[in-house]
Amino acid sequence: MALAIALFIITVAAVLFQFLTPWWLTPLASNWRQMDDTLAITLVVTGIFFVGINLFLVYVLIRYRHNKDRRAAYQPENRKLERWLILGTTLAIILLLAPGLFVYAAYLDTPRNALVVEVLGQQWQWRFRLPGQSDKLGKTDTRFVTPDNPFGIDPADPNGQGDILIDNNELHLPVNQPVKMLLRSRDVLHDFFVPPFRARMNIVPGMVTSFWFTPTKVGRYEALCAQLCGIGHSNMRAYVVVETPAAFAAWLKRQPTFAQTMAKNESGADQLLKQGKLVAQAKACIACHTVDGSPAVGPTWKGLYGKTETMADGSTALVDEAYLKAFIRNPTSRIVKGYAPIMPQIDLSDAELAALIAYIKSNAGAGQPSTTAQTSGG
Amino acid sequence: MKAAASFQAGGANFEPSDGHNSTAERAAKTGLWILIGVLTVLFTLLLLAYVIRMSDGDWRPVTMPWQLWMNTGVLILGSIVLQHTATLLRRPRPSRLRASFLLSGACGLGFVAGQLWAWQRLIALNHPVAANPANSFFYLLTGLHGVHVIAGLVVLAWGTALAWRYPGTRRAQLYVSLCARYWHFVLAVWLVLFSAMLWITPEIARNLCGAS
Amino acid sequence: MYADLSPLHEPRSFLTKYVWSQDHKVIAIQYSLTAIAVGVVGLILSDLMRLQLGFPGRFAFIDANHYYQFVTMHGMIMVIYLLTALFLGGFGNYLIPLMVGARDMVFPYMNMLSYWVYQVAVWVLMASFFVPGGPTGAGWTLYPPQAILPGTPGTEWGIVLMLISLAIFIVATTMGGLNYVTTVLQARAEGMTLMRMPLTVWGIFVATILALLAFPALLVSAIMMLLDRLLHTSFFMPSVVSMGMQLKHNGGSPLLFQHLFWFFGHPEVYIVALPAFGIVSDLISVHARKSIFGYRNMVWAILAIGGLSLVVWAHHMFVSGMNPYFGFFFATTTLIIAVPTAIKVYNWMLTLWRGNIHLTVPMLFAVGFVSTFVIGGLTGLFLGNVSVDIPLSNTYFVVAHFHMVMGVSPILVVFGGLYHWYPKITGRMLNDGLGKFHFWVTFLGTYAIYFPMHYLGILGMPRRYYAYDNYQFIPGSAQTLNADITVIAFLVGLAQFVFLFNLAWSLFKGKPSGANPWRAASLEWQTPDTPPIHGNWGATLPVVHRWPYAYSVPGAAQDFIPQNAPADPALDDPGDLGQAVEGAKI
Repeated sequence: MALAIALFIITVAAVLFQFLTPWWLTPLASNWRQMDDTLAITLVVTGIFFVGINLFLVYVLIRYRHNKDRRAAYQPENRKLERWLILGTTLAIILLLAPGLFVYAAYLDTPRNALVVEVLGQQWQWRFRLPGQSDKLGKTDTRFVTPDNPFGIDPADPNGQGDILIDNNELHLPVNQPVKMLLRSRDVLHDFFVPPFRARMNIVPGMVTSFWFTPTKVGRYEALCAQLCGIGHSNMRAYVVVETPAAFAAWLKRQPTFAQTMAKNESGADQLLKQGKLVAQAKACIACHTVDGSPAVGPTWKGLYGKTETMADGSTALVDEAYLKAFIRNPTSRIVKGYAPIMPQIDLSDAELAALIAYIKSNAGAGQPSTTAQTSGG
Repeated sequence: MKAAASFQAGGANFEPSDGHNSTAERAAKTGLWILIGVLTVLFTLLLLAYVIRMSDGDWRPVTMPWQLWMNTGVLILGSIVLQHTATLLRRPRPSRLRASFLLSGACGLGFVAGQLWAWQRLIALNHPVAANPANSFFYLLTGLHGVHVIAGLVVLAWGTALAWRYPGTRRAQLYVSLCARYWHFVLAVWLVLFSAMLWITPEIARNLCGAS
Repeated sequence: MYADLSPLHEPRSFLTKYVWSQDHKVIAIQYSLTAIAVGVVGLILSDLMRLQLGFPGRFAFIDANHYYQFVTMHGMIMVIYLLTALFLGGFGNYLIPLMVGARDMVFPYMNMLSYWVYQVAVWVLMASFFVPGGPTGAGWTLYPPQAILPGTPGTEWGIVLMLISLAIFIVATTMGGLNYVTTVLQARAEGMTLMRMPLTVWGIFVATILALLAFPALLVSAIMMLLDRLLHTSFFMPSVVSMGMQLKHNGGSPLLFQHLFWFFGHPEVYIVALPAFGIVSDLISVHARKSIFGYRNMVWAILAIGGLSLVVWAHHMFVSGMNPYFGFFFATTTLIIAVPTAIKVYNWMLTLWRGNIHLTVPMLFAVGFVSTFVIGGLTGLFLGNVSVDIPLSNTYFVVAHFHMVMGVSPILVVFGGLYHWYPKITGRMLNDGLGKFHFWVTFLGTYAIYFPMHYLGILGMPRRYYAYDNYQFIPGSAQTLNADITVIAFLVGLAQFVFLFNLAWSLFKGKPSGANPWRAASLEWQTPDTPPIHGNWGATLPVVHRWPYAYSVPGAAQDFIPQNAPADPALDDPGDLGQAVEGAKI
């Protein structure tokens, strides 16, 4: 009896939950309404089965509970009933599958006028690239990747010279314009997922994958990495800003081309910063520390240098070179308020440490809103 | 005689009770067929991976060392000899058993040694395992096949000891005929692997995989 | 007809009776104890994960490295070392010979070897906790290139030990599998045709065939990944710039690994599910005193599910970047497999209908299975329908789905089966009160944990995240839910120790059960001794005259007729099910 009651309550609770749940699809911001519709159809059909089966169980548990004066019926088969059940189920399955396949066919049919955007993933950051004047993206290979050329563009390819490079984690897109996302990785598997857009795809090193969608709502959306890519996986975030075509064009004009980034003159100080940034990547610091102000597992480096930091025990300390040096060499000697004392001790030479500190120092820049990206250093 | 009788008594009964095969005998045969099925799946998957990887564009085919031809011959010889041995054991008073066993064992060991020689040859010609996927697959395919030949040799050695001491028993005859069956299978796998390495080209692979 | 497999290997010393035993019953218990022990480790790992998810940053020793190691080891242990080993090596070993009327498995020596090789695999896996760098943290799916590149925990030693352990496990499973399949095909008692075997045997039999066909794919991918890691080959490794350094690998395909892995990985879930399906059919029919409804279609469904499971694998790869046109094919096959699965669900319900339902502890777990499996199976329809899967892939929707369908429902069957067969194995009953407590906490608790989790997935909350700091689209209520789930998970975990206590305590203090406390008709309950002695049947093997579901047969004296009770044409095999003993071929 208790079991029948429990199953009944579970069924009612489950249905109520569906109507009262605070967790549902994010508001749709792309053209893929059909995916939401197919999800809804699936929910209704499976919901009917869920409720029906559980209520049948409730009925059966009550009606046919043990009675020592009664014997169970003897009915090993009922060929007719079984045939109808197979037929009915097959029909329901077809009802579910058909719309799904239609939507999928649309997903594979990229519009001819789609704007091409490349997403470059690496452990644990995002970069973006758009074709420039030539309307074709330059060829790339991991062999061309250098601190000056993080995208790995073939310098000999004329198409690549005009490529517009976004060496930070914020991509802008014009609203109501179909976009074909070309996905590339320098190292491991990643996945560029913006839940309100619904469309997404894994990124596989050694090949270029793609998907398409049309952003339909102006706004700023969070992009996640959705394929486990190491310890910085949950920190690998980007932003997609959908704006009017005019604003998009203006933003695009502000971004450097490949040729421009290659032509920059570099001082020794710049070299040190570049080295520091590389160290931050190579030693996995960026798995827990951001440079754009967004909070993560560890304190952001944006505005860190020169700040007065509060420790967990209430004391304060000025974040200068000595502080950083001591902290990085011995991470657990102090606990910063609001953060867990989980920073590992990293192997660094003195030269690497100096470069890293110079890099952290360079992110002290105040007065920059977190929406604007840092300037490229390599 | 006494030893043979107690050997019979210990372990499963292989003598048929009514002219049909005993359960133990049927079980042994079925078990081997299932194992052959599993190994067929294993090598088929390897070959599929081989073809798929070949279509990727960076394949530089390996020239098969001449030792492989010799080894193929040795393996075929071993198959024939072992089959002959199994047949011999059906006779009530098998003769020249010793020679047959030694020859099959020699063929098996000869094959393995010959494969190692082929490996050594390739390495000397500067074809290390990681340099190119064709190299990697060569060592992987021949290596995994070789491991299964060695496993078969171990089992054959056990069966040899059995048949040597109790030559008239049904159990010994079954054992050796099962070894022979396994050997034929290992030979068949080798012929397929060798042919694949000889005759499947990147061109064919790309057609099969529809890759660009 | 069928010759008796005698005389058996007669154990004489303590070591040959209980350690190096070749008796399938002892081996089954060995498998089960090891699997349960390693399952407890998996349970603790899940609690550690939940601590981080529920209370992020509060536990200093659970950093990102450890978190991903816990996630990976939890998954691999539960799927392979617990569920597969327990269903095949535990239940399969104990029940198959008894249910088909054999004295033992057909290859007892290899059976013993398979257990000890499994033990070695477990030790190798556990060793990865103690090597420099710790165990691998690549997720149980072990995807390259990340699994063997810096940035993921355990790429030094952990991944190597994991792959070697899996290879050893595959050898053990092959040895066991040869036994289970051959015993079913060749060692059935007189009159035991294939269509008179209990569904438990059918489920384990087909699952074993799947295991034999699918594990080679895992072996191939493990060997190739080991070579990529140790010898720097490029089977799966493309050209990579890792942590700023160009590596020597080139040209390999990560997708090749995924195809091989999932060609194994999908049948693997049916290797776990099919034995559960078989066992639950028997639990329901015994405790409802009613023959399983539609036995023939149940067998066909098991065969169909087994066969189809080999052609659905890429539904795990819809957003992997594989050739997108594959999506049409695999979505179709995946949704087709729903049909035989649904048939089984209907037949379980129709077995209960017009039955005489005893709500014993095994029956509670069996009904719990039906309810939770229905959710798990239905959410599979979301994920199998390719375009619906696109926004749900790699979110908590997937985590909720596979826990329901792999972690909750089969585990409920494991419990139900253990409560059901414990009297056979030990001659005593498990404590009823403790059993009911165990059931209610587990059943309600797992519902409370996994039902809401689906909605986090629909929201878009990604899986395998160490922390969810300040993602604007995730409301604070989601974090509250995570904390609540953690608390419930701990409670459910504690309840399992009540069960373990019950297992041990009842061995000495449990009520003596007699030979057939549930009054079941299948052959394993008809042994002359309880627990069955070595050789199972005494002097003569049983002869079978009917199918195992002769419950509440009209005109019979009792509400069940054992399979080996003397033949009675008026009461035996219903209609055209089963065949006359003389004409039996299979």
